Amino acid sequence: MKRLLAFIKKEFAHVLRDKKTLLILFGMPVVQVLLFGFVLTHEVKNVKTLIIDQSQDATSAKLISKIKANPYFKIEASTLNVRRVEQYFKKGNAKLAMVFPANFGREHAGLHRTKIQLIADASDPNYATTAENYLTAIVQDFNSEINWEADIRYTIQPEMRMLYNPELKGAPNFVPGVMALVLMIICVMMTAISIAKEKETGTMEILLLSPIKPFWIIVSKIIPHLVLSVIDVISILLLSVFVLDIPIKGSVLLLMAESTLFVVNCLSLGIFISVETSSQQAAMLISLMGMLLPTILLSGFMFPIENMPEVLQWGSNLLPAKWFYTIVKAIVIKGLGFPAIWKETLILLAITASLLGISLKRFKIRLE
Amino acid sequence: MTEEHVIKTDKLTKRFGDFTAIHAITFKVNKGEIFGFLGANGAGKTTAVRMLCGLSRPTSGNAEVVGCDVYKQPEEIKKNIGYMSQKFSLYEDLTVLENIRFFGGIYGLCSARIKSKTNELIEQLGLQNEVKKLVASLPLGWKQKLAFSVAIIHNPKIVFLDEPTSGVDPLMRRQFWELIYEAANDEITVFVTTHYMDEAEYCDRLSIMVDGRIEALDTPRNLKERFGVTTLDELFYQLAREAKRGG
Repeated sequence: MKRLLAFIKKEFAHVLRDKKTLLILFGMPVVQVLLFGFVLTHEVKNVKTLIIDQSQDATSAKLISKIKANPYFKIEASTLNVRRVEQYFKKGNAKLAMVFPANFGREHAGLHRTKIQLIADASDPNYATTAENYLTAIVQDFNSEINWEADIRYTIQPEMRMLYNPELKGAPNFVPGVMALVLMIICVMMTAISIAKEKETGTMEILLLSPIKPFWIIVSKIIPHLVLSVIDVISILLLSVFVLDIPIKGSVLLLMAESTLFVVNCLSLGIFISVETSSQQAAMLISLMGMLLPTILLSGFMFPIENMPEVLQWGSNLLPAKWFYTIVKAIVIKGLGFPAIWKETLILLAITASLLGISLKRFKIRLE
Repeated sequence: MTEEHVIKTDKLTKRFGDFTAIHAITFKVNKGEIFGFLGANGAGKTTAVRMLCGLSRPTSGNAEVVGCDVYKQPEEIKKNIGYMSQKFSLYEDLTVLENIRFFGGIYGLCSARIKSKTNELIEQLGLQNEVKKLVASLPLGWKQKLAFSVAIIHNPKIVFLDEPTSGVDPLMRRQFWELIYEAANDEITVFVTTHYMDEAEYCDRLSIMVDGRIEALDTPRNLKERFGVTTLDELFYQLAREAKRGG
């Protein structure tokens, strides 16, 4: 126990002394969360809109002012010429055009049924679809208002509900993803490098010659990084709650426990990598290329797993980040409890145990 | 357990594939002596030391270190030996104090003992002003003296020094050897590999290794007499000329 304590103290000293590592350790999560949270969202705001109102009547004016009031749309210009649409799109001055035909007001008043045309710049299909959906929603909303005023009660309203994330905010989805990603990078790389470094500088020889057992070497490499990573988890959560306005719906305690499990999982992966490599560079390359890329592509955080070829779907099951991502989504966004995620938890536990077991077995007590 | 000999080997051999690094070496090291292990680069010194420390498994032959078998009791051996290698063996990014505490700690010394040992060490090495400095900032000679002191912090029965003074000027080497003598006075057996002839003169007994074989083993004086030479330098060149491995 005393030996372990001396060892852990030394590991802390290594990390705390190295300012660059500290910066990566605590700076990266903050930067990542903010970057992903603010920049990389699917959310569409300030859609530049072109209005072509050939009808010029009270109803169209009412609808236009309703759109104007909506923060998602920004009316760039109004024109009467439909041919100008393409000009605006090509210059990038508008992404969406809304055409009120000349008979719009007349038809609306007489037939209670009329049409407007939405033209979208679909060179970015996601953006176009989202913008159109928003606008359609506004028009439907407008319809029901008029119907209400006209006292026609039996109008069927198609209603879409976006469950769990009604405002279709991008950030809730990114926070679990970023958490998985950041913890993955930090934990795997830190431990991988710290053991590889001892091998490179020759101090591993001294450790192997001391009476301390490999198991304790591994444990003392894990503990300091575990503490630091948990601090990272806390800072990511604080940022997401107070800066990105994403409340944690489920139990924070459960979330912390699951995060700790994932951290230990990543740390053991780092140890596994470092046991198999002999230089810091190799350890870093493997943890970056070998872990980061698959994690981004296959964890379901950027691209839906359901759309992948079956081989990749199967392969994604081996990624701890996939399971952690599912767990965090369940807790943070859906507010579910442990019964909903026991399976994922068990899988993470199994991966961790086997990584640690293999590392311990492959840890070379003798130099050859 | 015959306490007379702290190291006993019998036809100890190490092969790496087709290459035989160590050819059936047989020797004994007496308790409390300073045993020099000479050889050109590539003669197999480091390999031999690693086998004796339990860090590398012999291919054949037997060896007993502090009465423990190198095959069966490497853990027992580790508790009773100290080791310092040619590659510098302290943590450069830790302070002098942290290094001493760490090594004291992993060898299981109690905190009171670490404290007294630390004071003793710092006084002995004259490092009072450097205690809080990073090891990386110390001159090489001081680092090596500190590394040696740390290697014997747990009062081992034997300390293995693998080219401890390579790259250090003669004056520092002399100071280093004063530490070695002090350790020997405390009944620690010193097993030192070197290729400096001036150091070889300081040893109680010497073995000279050529191409993985021990070609000569005796006190420096007897060796010189037997081979009819006046300095160890001459003797070493005479033996090393026959070497086939590049060094």
